[in-house]
Amino acid sequence: MSLLSEKQKNSSPSIPDEWFSPLNKQKQDAEKLTRPSLSYWKDAWQRLVKNKLAMTGLLFLVFLAIMAVFGPILSPHSVTDINLPNQNQLPSSTHWFGTDELGRDVFTRTWYGARISLFVALMAALIDFTIGIIYGGISGYKGGKTDNMMMRIVEILYGLPYLLVVIMLLVVMGPSLTTIIIALSVTGWVGMARIVRGQVLQLKNLEFVLASKSFGTKTIRIIRKNLLPNTMGPIIVQMTLTIPSAIFAEAFLSFLGLGIQAPFASWGVMANDALGTILSGHWWRLFFPAFFISATMFAFNVLGDGLQDALDPKLRE
Amino acid sequence: MLQYIVKRFLMMIITLLIIVTLTFILMHSVPGSPFNEERGTNATIQANLEAHYHLDEPLYVQYFIYLKSIVTFDFGPSIKQPTSSVNDLLSRGFPISLELGLVSITVAIISGILLGIIAALRHNGMIDYIAMTIAVLGISIPNFILATQLIQTFAVYFKILPAATWSSPMHMILPTLALATGPMAIIARLTRSSMLEVLTQDYIKMAKAKGLSPVKIVFKHALKNALMPVVTILGTLLAGILTGTFVLEQIFAIPGMGKYFVESINTRDYPVIMGTTVFYSAFLILMLFLVDVVYGLLDPRIKLHTKEGES
Repeated sequence: MSLLSEKQKNSSPSIPDEWFSPLNKQKQDAEKLTRPSLSYWKDAWQRLVKNKLAMTGLLFLVFLAIMAVFGPILSPHSVTDINLPNQNQLPSSTHWFGTDELGRDVFTRTWYGARISLFVALMAALIDFTIGIIYGGISGYKGGKTDNMMMRIVEILYGLPYLLVVIMLLVVMGPSLTTIIIALSVTGWVGMARIVRGQVLQLKNLEFVLASKSFGTKTIRIIRKNLLPNTMGPIIVQMTLTIPSAIFAEAFLSFLGLGIQAPFASWGVMANDALGTILSGHWWRLFFPAFFISATMFAFNVLGDGLQDALDPKLRE
Repeated sequence: MLQYIVKRFLMMIITLLIIVTLTFILMHSVPGSPFNEERGTNATIQANLEAHYHLDEPLYVQYFIYLKSIVTFDFGPSIKQPTSSVNDLLSRGFPISLELGLVSITVAIISGILLGIIAALRHNGMIDYIAMTIAVLGISIPNFILATQLIQTFAVYFKILPAATWSSPMHMILPTLALATGPMAIIARLTRSSMLEVLTQDYIKMAKAKGLSPVKIVFKHALKNALMPVVTILGTLLAGILTGTFVLEQIFAIPGMGKYFVESINTRDYPVIMGTTVFYSAFLILMLFLVDVVYGLLDPRIKLHTKEGES
């Protein structure tokens, strides 16, 4: 710059010196990027961190996961240890959450229940995710008649009353951990498939997919590498919202007597067992499972809301 | 519009047929015959019994007999309560369940919409924040958990409301509250977000410019459009309320359909389980159908039969 102005000065002496002003150094850097460029995920993460409620939910879930793994080890009592003289004791230093009508430690059982509830919910969500992505991806990408057929099937399944079908399946298959997960997944994937399909339908006509196609990329690879990564936002949100409904369904089924069988416990089973003693004032037996079911669902719901805001900037306005 | 209704009606019939078929297959995949356990039956009596219930016919014949009985609204006898048929249980329990369900959904709709409107009008204010926290809480707390805590608080601790049964308006408060909170929260969130969207539209600015009172703007102009999304999820909410009655009737000892249903699950009374499932499914699917049709009629912006891609 200085060279140029020197030259200008020399070549055109008619311009007086005071017309020239020194370059403002600060303005020189105005176009420079001061922050490192953020990827989509880093940006979403930063926005999520700012959302206090969602972060509280996330922290609670991390805590819950840790306790589900290590909680039962922390306590000297086992899940199924029956100790009749100690029945229905108030929370104390030996039994932190009290005991139930068979003298079993409610603290240990609560964390054991966390294991089962979280396992069922995560497995159900994972199966929904897998089937939903494959089904929705193919349906959305193929389009036309295939799409029409596949969506008719989805529409019919969507019309089936979810919990009634699950109850019926469980009555026939017999309640166990595996059958609960199967029953929850039979109609659970439909919502995910609809979302994936809608997203793929929007994305598949964009230029980058066309470019990929013109290179001769195979369909499966286009779906996997081009389309799915771009639909991840809504998919993750859908998953965080599927998990609480699976937790609810598991607790609900246990409550109906179609859940995990004794002597093992899930939160729903514990709440159901405690219901009989509700009038005798053993509040702790109902309170702990009830609190953890609700708190977990709350945490997943606020995290899901937070993720939705973070992953979809368009929605925020 | 007519084309859409016809299409939707056919879908409904197909869904119903699938439910009926599914129950039939499931009922027949349960091992054993219903008469195996009965003592004092010899082969002749067994054969007679099987003939009476058409169990000796080939499966496809049984299927059509079953279809016919469903269409004529005959769900057969209860195994565990020989004196009453499934129809008896339905006619005894369903009106009570319906009452509980209707009261709850009415409470949920009215309070949910009001909460949503208030939150939208005080957007990003303290009231909005509180209302939406209540709403997320309402969605997160399962109705049967809420029910138990309500009993513990109001019936056991404060002793101001009865803990169970269904005989006076006082008895109705707790079950209704437990059942209505979840749907109320969902409606409140939905109303709030669609209200916020509607309030930015030109015709609302126009109404403001004309100097209409806020009450009139909200209830006469904004609400009509803001409620459209609420109508769409009414079907799903009804399903939730319906399944909610199963456990709540159990918890509050309300002699409704759900109580028989849960009892039949626990005693493995298959005809009652299958009969009530079919009945409930039919009821729900019919409701979903009606909601869709009403939605199509309400919103003139939607020409449903021309819309193919979205569904």
